[in-house]
Amino acid sequence: MQNMVLTPPVPERVRLSQRLARRGFDVTTLLLLPALLFVMVLFVYPAIYGLWLSLHPMNGGGWLANYTAFFSDPYTYDTIFTTLKLAIPVTLVNLLISVPIALRVRHMRYQRMLTTILIIPVTLGTVLTAQGMLNYLGPLGWFNRVLMLLGIIHDPVRLVHDFTGVFLSQIVGGFPFCFMLVLSYVTGIDPSLESAAAMLGAGPFARFRHIILPLLGAGLAITFCLAFVQAFAVFPSAVLLGAPSGPTRVIAIAAFHAAYEEYDYSMGSAVAIIMGAVQIIVVMLVMKASSLLYRGPVAGGKG
Amino acid sequence: MTISAKNFRELRLEGMRRDFGGMNALKDISLTVRRGEFIALLGPSGCGKSTALNCLAGLLPLTGGSIWLDETRIDHLKPEERGFGMVFQNYALFPHMSLRKNIGFGLRMQKLPREVIDAKVEEALALVRLTKQADKLPGQISGGQQQRVAIARAIVVEPPLVLMDEPLSNLDAKLRLEMRAEIRRIHNMIGCSTIYVTHDQDEALSLADRIVVLRDGEMRQVGTPHELYARPAHADVAEFMGYRNILKAQAQSHDGARLRMRVGGAEIAGCAIEATPGRDVIAAMRPEDLTPSEHGPIAASVISAEYRGRDFYGLARTPEGLDLWFRSDIAVRPGEALRLGAPAERVLVYAGGAA
Repeated sequence: MQNMVLTPPVPERVRLSQRLARRGFDVTTLLLLPALLFVMVLFVYPAIYGLWLSLHPMNGGGWLANYTAFFSDPYTYDTIFTTLKLAIPVTLVNLLISVPIALRVRHMRYQRMLTTILIIPVTLGTVLTAQGMLNYLGPLGWFNRVLMLLGIIHDPVRLVHDFTGVFLSQIVGGFPFCFMLVLSYVTGIDPSLESAAAMLGAGPFARFRHIILPLLGAGLAITFCLAFVQAFAVFPSAVLLGAPSGPTRVIAIAAFHAAYEEYDYSMGSAVAIIMGAVQIIVVMLVMKASSLLYRGPVAGGKG
Repeated sequence: MTISAKNFRELRLEGMRRDFGGMNALKDISLTVRRGEFIALLGPSGCGKSTALNCLAGLLPLTGGSIWLDETRIDHLKPEERGFGMVFQNYALFPHMSLRKNIGFGLRMQKLPREVIDAKVEEALALVRLTKQADKLPGQISGGQQQRVAIARAIVVEPPLVLMDEPLSNLDAKLRLEMRAEIRRIHNMIGCSTIYVTHDQDEALSLADRIVVLRDGEMRQVGTPHELYARPAHADVAEFMGYRNILKAQAQSHDGARLRMRVGGAEIAGCAIEATPGRDVIAAMRPEDLTPSEHGPIAASVISAEYRGRDFYGLARTPEGLDLWFRSDIAVRPGEALRLGAPAERVLVYAGGAA
């Protein structure tokens, strides 16, 4: 081994841009700016402003007066449970319908056409859907008339202006969204995995149970969260198709009531903040639970 | 306890056919595979070899014909009812299961007792030399190791027949040679029959007991590697088996199977593989057999030469514009004029027409 001459490290001048690039900031990072600006102006600022507003009650009484008022009156705090009772089943039902349909559609030749048909409810908008359902499912609508004509029922079934109406419209409106997400997760699973399972003696149910479901788990959790947040914010259909003062008095109605009927923006903001908090809690619970599931790649190898 | 294939005598394909919307992907495939035999389905891409394999696996229904395992007809059975093993081109390992669970999957589907499953999985892991990695996920091991897991998973259920769909095509050259030997070793050890799809003639020649050459969905030739290498039955099979020089020629005189013919401006001798009724014939030569010699009948000039360590591999053009691939022991340079010749028994002659 030869002796090596050790030179002391030359203090090198590194330009600021190089130092930043080493930490992952370079010119392309600037491309984030428009989006960041957008988020700040349209989301972060309003959210902070809303929080600030909610902490300055209109009628005085300290910072938390709005919150104590909300949680001391069952008429207001019950809206949380009313909304959860609507949003959770709606989301679960939508997921449960989406998975089998997505599994079937994946192998279909006219996938695009079917997808388009399923997407139509989204493009129609809630109000038009609500209008249609009012006519179709109302006491004098086709649905009840046909059932009465066939002698299956004697008096019209109450389907609108009730929980059922809102529930159904939420399914119609939420399904396409759920379905598209689930379909993209399902098609992401390498079909050769299912073939491999079949070759190893797994029937359709075992293939679903051992291969599809575990690989779909994380995707289903995310779909649940997004669909739940959407369903939790239900407003138009709860007013139009439901009973806004009774069984479908959802939390958005409470916020609307406070802000635009009592003109108490501060209280309205407080309800909105509570609504957001409930959504975040549910989403966090679901994500926490899904972190126990497999989250890696869903392809079968290098190919 | 040892892993060994279930007992059976033979697998028979009788007139197996598969159409895809008016196109015949497979035409009338008939073949008998004996127990323990290693069959390679060889052909260029699009020849129907993967279709044939999927039909055997049950992943694609047949359009016609039947498949028999001894006296049982199996072509109407679903893949999960056939009990064959399959190794996929992309391995298709379950990404969310450890190697141990991947390998044990088929045994768990058979609802075997746990101790039996554990023992067999352990044995399969040892067979593919992956005992140490057993608790890793497929994403954490290399491609060659994934390949071995895929093989272990297919054979641990002791299938009578193992289907392999170009299993080595995703590996690098060195690993491919190693895995080739490994596949043959495992095949011999468990005594199953293997049907191996490949487009690589070297792989087919080195692995198989018998090779089936497919082209456009048709069986062109079935034979031992030696038969296919030395005497391809048709010009297209010859081309696929490494006879890179496929030349149009005019027969001049016959002497039994021997014949003399004109290729461009040269007259060469060859032996006929099939009946050559017309004057138009096709001469097929391997580049290895066409070498420069002083009295070689074909005059040509070198276009390019590749150094391959032991020898040179070159492309030469005749004055008539025919391109010929040849081999040379001595260095050749582009532009150099030389004379090429091949021994008559290494020049295969086929009936002319389409070439």
